[in-house]
Amino acid sequence: AWSSRRSGAAMCSMGTLSILRSDSYADLSQYRDQHFRGTRYDQERLLRKSCTLYVGNLSFYTTEEQIHELFGKSGDIKKVIMGLDKVKKTACGFCFVEYYARGDAENAMRYINGTRLDDRIIRTDWDAGFKEGRQYGRGRSGGQVRDEYRQDYDAGRGGYGKTVQCQ
Amino acid sequence: MSRRRHSDDSDAGQTHKRRRTSEPSEIEERLESLICRVGEKSNSSLESNLEGLAGVLEADLPNYKSKILRILCTVARLLPEKLTVYTTLVGLLNARNYNFGGEFVEAMIRQLKECLKVNMYNEAVHLVRFLSDLVNCHVIAAPSMVAMFENFVSVTQEEDVPQVRCDWYVFAFLSSLPWVGKELYEKKDAEMDRLLSQTESYLKRRQKIHVPMLQVWTADKPHPQEEYLDCLWSQIQKLKKDRWQERHILRPYLAFDSILCEALQHNLPPFTPPPHTEDSVYPMPRVIFRMFDYTDDPEGPVMPGSHSVERFVIEENLHCIIKSHWKERKTCAAQLLSYPGNNKIPLNYHIVEVIFAELFQLPSPPHIEVMYTTLLIELCKLQPGSLPQVLAQATEMLYMRLDTMNTTCVDRFINWFSHHLSNFQFRWSWEDWSDCLTQDLEKPKPKFVREVLEKCMRLSYHQRIIDIVPASFSVLSPANPVCIYKYGDESNRSLPGYTVALCLTIAIKNKASNDEIFSILKDVPNPNQDDDDDEGFTFNPLKIEVFVQTLLHLAAKSFSHSFSALAKFHEVFKTLAESDEGKLHVLRVVYEVWKNHPQMIAVLVDKMIRTQIVDCAAVANWIFSSELAHDFTRFYIWEILHSTIRKMNKHVLKIHKELEETKARLARQHKRRDSDDDDDDDDRSSDREDGPLEEQIERLQEKVETAQSEQKNLFLVIFQRFIMLLTEHLVRCETGGIDVFTPWYKSCIERLQQIFLQHHQIIQQYMVTLENLLFTAELDHHILAVFQQFCALQA
Repeated sequence: AWSSRRSGAAMCSMGTLSILRSDSYADLSQYRDQHFRGTRYDQERLLRKSCTLYVGNLSFYTTEEQIHELFGKSGDIKKVIMGLDKVKKTACGFCFVEYYARGDAENAMRYINGTRLDDRIIRTDWDAGFKEGRQYGRGRSGGQVRDEYRQDYDAGRGGYGKTVQCQ
Repeated sequence: MSRRRHSDDSDAGQTHKRRRTSEPSEIEERLESLICRVGEKSNSSLESNLEGLAGVLEADLPNYKSKILRILCTVARLLPEKLTVYTTLVGLLNARNYNFGGEFVEAMIRQLKECLKVNMYNEAVHLVRFLSDLVNCHVIAAPSMVAMFENFVSVTQEEDVPQVRCDWYVFAFLSSLPWVGKELYEKKDAEMDRLLSQTESYLKRRQKIHVPMLQVWTADKPHPQEEYLDCLWSQIQKLKKDRWQERHILRPYLAFDSILCEALQHNLPPFTPPPHTEDSVYPMPRVIFRMFDYTDDPEGPVMPGSHSVERFVIEENLHCIIKSHWKERKTCAAQLLSYPGNNKIPLNYHIVEVIFAELFQLPSPPHIEVMYTTLLIELCKLQPGSLPQVLAQATEMLYMRLDTMNTTCVDRFINWFSHHLSNFQFRWSWEDWSDCLTQDLEKPKPKFVREVLEKCMRLSYHQRIIDIVPASFSVLSPANPVCIYKYGDESNRSLPGYTVALCLTIAIKNKASNDEIFSILKDVPNPNQDDDDDEGFTFNPLKIEVFVQTLLHLAAKSFSHSFSALAKFHEVFKTLAESDEGKLHVLRVVYEVWKNHPQMIAVLVDKMIRTQIVDCAAVANWIFSSELAHDFTRFYIWEILHSTIRKMNKHVLKIHKELEETKARLARQHKRRDSDDDDDDDDRSSDREDGPLEEQIERLQEKVETAQSEQKNLFLVIFQRFIMLLTEHLVRCETGGIDVFTPWYKSCIERLQQIFLQHHQIIQQYMVTLENLLFTAELDHHILAVFQQFCALQA
């Protein structure tokens, strides 16, 4: 009863055009996690079937609830894991969003990446999958690496970068 | 580290550097790129690019004819917005190589038949239009095109076929006329007149019960929401009256008239429309969305009228552009804005209208809602001086007409507007909407503002919303989303269960196990019966109350905290909520605790369904319960209900898919065994191999049946409750002599419609049951009409 009622595009040999296949927002970026345990090939295989997104450039004050509301617009969310400062255990401006379906994650890459949350342009990228420990910042001070060295003042991310603060 | 993944500059498509080999796939890619990008980013004219390309392809024909045929057929099917560019190309090729022209026409007919066979009707329309424009390029002889259209229109004479089938053939005919009407009329005016008159009589006799269900506004002013065939008919009639003069469509073939009219034409083979089968699924009827007319942009170019064929062509092309580039928002925005004719038409208005037409389309938008929000933001970025103003004007107009807007469309308007504002610091001239403050809060305008502010809060935080609206709007501001714990205050210590709540709180803070919780709860008396059971685990509302209130209060900090709590004490939940009444009561308590935070209620309900603490039917019953009557018209309630139905549907699909996959595995196993079969086969061993798979299949069959029965039951519950609620209201109004049509009634009946529309594919399966059990002739005609309109959608 199901398959006979579907439009059947998959059933016949009609192809598409490569200009229409273009899906640059959902493609893998150049970024690869240096801490990933496994080969590049393994990582890319996982990235290509992942339902988990890394979300960056969040304000330290952005809540799980806000993230859920925004990212829920592309589909049902399985889990949100807030990124934490390793020392303070407080939000440090990133998170992971895991969907039940890859298609929903793709739509988030296409339509939520590069738009605003808490007035900040947020960035999403494919993630190979959450593992315990990955919720912590990898900067020396406990937050994210990018907040160690940046020179600008960002009120939503603790002010000046850590190196600047220590001067 | 750079995360740029798409370049802003104009690649011609070759983003990767590879050694240029002459592999077939490389050549095909190159040919495809040449054809698809003809005229793009070139200093020469389109016409000279086309001429050049025709020369290149003609030279390639001896070696790559079948590839070129395939690419051109695909382009005809998938790039309808560039229809005339490619018909011109085919015309030039036909002029140089008559045989190729003939083969192309044959390939197109084959493709058309294939599309119709597999229900790809939207793409089939593009093919028909392409063929008809080939008449203008002297590739196809006009009389043979007319003959095909005669076969199309004769479908309206078929008996016992769905109306939507005849609709499609009429649509394919009429919608090709803007391109080819003039030529066909010049060559075969008598036949065309006959066709038009047959079409007219079909349009007069076809039923239009479905129309009210698909209209975005129930009012006819300022713009009537016309049925799509009626609108197209008016447009074609006007075109005919204008002697088929059509000036909007870009026709590159006109520049090549001297070459093309030397070409020999081909006759279309006689085309018999494939017969209607059980598996045929035709497109649903539509209502044309209009929100602008020439008065809306007094300073710019004049907007073509609603019955002008220009309007039709522009809208078709803009919809096609979105369909082609929906995944690439920057490209999509750029392509929309570079639609030719920019200085002759108010393009920004057309674009905004087309986008809202899709966003508000009933039953559902062609693409995911969030795409439209982001697309509009991209358009604002590209046209910062003009598009935001058009968008603001559109928003204002939509606000003004909220009173007659379909509830489902209002939902989408709320979602779009709040999300849009969150990208622009929530800047809006709220004072302009102060008129809504004097109205009853249940009226559409104040309701809309309340829901928008609630959604805005979800994307930010409570104080932000207080800050962005004028003080006068505080009556519409959302509640601070705090949890309400009934055992929180010392003053509540007289409440039954108070001491147990305290006990529980301490125990949970001390990381108690499920067993410890059970033993604490043992002490809670059951208000429902005088003597407690031995087990103490039958439905005990007080136990549920104390446990759920306390736990949710302790876990109130965030969603994650609450989810952890549900997971940790899953056993307790399952036991307390074992009965149907238990499930209902859990939901009631969740609501009592979190009624200020609808978003939390929604995620908790979702989690409880997924972890099987409650089931879908319980949620449905809870939504229609008297405790929720006060919130019944709030948006979040319907988000929860539709999310619940979707989970049910996905569950059924998932098990069905598992079943199909297991069956396929068994089939493959048989095939493998049959292929290396010996004469002396050991039957016993092959049975043993089949055994586990066959068992699995049996189990899955049962699971599918159970799931489907649960799904059917869910819809029955929902429809039953709607009928009860609406009937109550109707009877009350009748006996009291008051007008039926209150804001509550409008909302409720449209919510009923929404159930049908949003889940129409699933509900189709249960039509017979619905008709026999629920939507019978005895039902009040107001309610029955909704069912009849729904039936009319695929009739």
